[in-house]
Amino acid sequence: MQSSTSLAILVIDENRIRASIIEVGLRESGHDNVTVIHDISAVAHTIAATNPDVIVIDLENPNRDVLENMFQLSRAVKRPVAMFVDRADRASIEAAVEAGVSAYVVDGLKRERVKPILDMAISRFNAFSRLTRELEEARGELESRKLIERAKGILMRSKGLSEQDAYALLRKTAMNQNRKIAEIAQSLVTAAGLLGEDQ
Amino acid sequence: MSDHQIIAGFMPLLDSALLVTAKEKGFAEREGVDLALVRETSWANIRDRLAVGHFQVAHMLAPMPIACNLGLTPLASRTIAPLALGLGGNAVTVSNALWAEMERHGARADLDPARAGAAVKAVVAARADAKRPQLRFAVVHPHSGHNYELRYWLAACGVDPDRDIEIVILPPPLMADALGAGNIDGYCVGEPWSTAAVVARRGHIATVKAAIWKGSPEKVLGAQALWAENHPEALTALLRALYRAAIWCADPGNRDELAAILARPAYVDRPAEWMMPALSGNIDVGGADSVFVEEFFVPLAKAATFPWKSHALWLYTQMVRWGQIGHDQANEKIARETYRPDIYRAALEPLGVALPGANAKVEGALKHATPVGSAGASLTLGPDGFFDGGLFDPDKVDDYIAAQSRSGAA
Repeated sequence: MQSSTSLAILVIDENRIRASIIEVGLRESGHDNVTVIHDISAVAHTIAATNPDVIVIDLENPNRDVLENMFQLSRAVKRPVAMFVDRADRASIEAAVEAGVSAYVVDGLKRERVKPILDMAISRFNAFSRLTRELEEARGELESRKLIERAKGILMRSKGLSEQDAYALLRKTAMNQNRKIAEIAQSLVTAAGLLGEDQ
Repeated sequence: MSDHQIIAGFMPLLDSALLVTAKEKGFAEREGVDLALVRETSWANIRDRLAVGHFQVAHMLAPMPIACNLGLTPLASRTIAPLALGLGGNAVTVSNALWAEMERHGARADLDPARAGAAVKAVVAARADAKRPQLRFAVVHPHSGHNYELRYWLAACGVDPDRDIEIVILPPPLMADALGAGNIDGYCVGEPWSTAAVVARRGHIATVKAAIWKGSPEKVLGAQALWAENHPEALTALLRALYRAAIWCADPGNRDELAAILARPAYVDRPAEWMMPALSGNIDVGGADSVFVEEFFVPLAKAATFPWKSHALWLYTQMVRWGQIGHDQANEKIARETYRPDIYRAALEPLGVALPGANAKVEGALKHATPVGSAGASLTLGPDGFFDGGLFDPDKVDDYIAAQSRSGAA
């Protein structure tokens, strides 16, 4: 009987950071036979060379249709491959799609050997998308702060206000219009740009 | 006020026009539908997200709902097609090198499928004699109008699409680059992805779907069957919004605005000029040549949104022809029942929409535009001919399947 560590796993992800997070996760859970590719153009060759039992691919990848067709044609793939998800296991399907990952397995492979791999992929994808989201939010916040600084500068120059009064004016306008301070700042910066005042 | 929230998945293609217009021009809102559109990167994602309920409906390749219901896809939920998203819209584009070879074998810049097909056949034979590699063509999906019309065209011209050439799958936005890089010799795809190759001077349009089979099915609205059954009012409202969107899209006066909307980053995300050939029918085929194609893409006329059961059945016969599924009465029934003209009729009859008298027609029978008896307003159908003169009688599916071979016309 094969041990779980002997499963050959192919990870296809154009996002290199995420791919390495998945790879680390797989190795930590004892899978040593992991191949990672970022570029799908080599996939037929890689599949033929590594003969994977499990293929994990991200849902952003436009080449999922290419990959699925490969399984149907079975020119590159010697063994029949199916999407991993029992049709009955709706929760698994939903969790995978939510997380943005899908997995294909060689038909006949025992479910209990594959399930942990998919679960790991799902949790790492989830963590990753949360990381990305937090990063985007942080970036957005940084942008907002920069905008507010510039808007304050414009008000200080054009109206001769102190920094504190300039900020208070922005805040008051935002409250009156029921908008965010950053939005008011954006409007002001845009308008000043149009009028050539934001030097 | 919106009574119904509907999320629709779509792919960045010109024939997402009805869905995009329904949202952007307010037709959905006026029917009480809060329509959200989500752009996807693969048909597999569209299928999966419809299956898990992220989407209630989606822009789908016409054979996709049938393939889902026949269990041909890795993941599937019961899917129905209650409306078509127009007719036609595809082209076959070849590399400059292949076009030069085809020209030496008689191809002309006139999009004539018989002449272009004969040239491909001659090129295939010459390459085999010279022991050069086989031609490689790309289509977007195995269960697609593109795959079936490319194969139908080649087979009718004496080229066996399985033995004489290679057919691979590629996402539409990557095709022009693959052609330029020499990875493929040609492809069949929806617009603007043939125009993309012509604009970049990487390819030449050899023929078009509208010439291979005039007025043929391409995309449908796929709806998750369970959702449709539980939300008949929402589906009715959406079908009405899409029909009104089709009227708007069909008005030549709206072409510039439609092209501009589709060009936006959220939709096709390519220049508005790339949308104009398909919308106007003036196809830049490459070189300095332009060919006017009547009914290149039809959003409304000729019952273009009607989900003909004869379309579903013809697509099914091609699944059988190319070995994707075996033929039996149960499978034929599944294909026939995937398309739902009954839902279309119930939703649109109260609007006085021109409805065909039947749910199926003999495909290829109309050589000219023909007024037909219809409930409500007047309706003209056809021409709907196959370029090789083939006829498909939806009452004689067995005979059609028995007669069709892998090469040579059915």
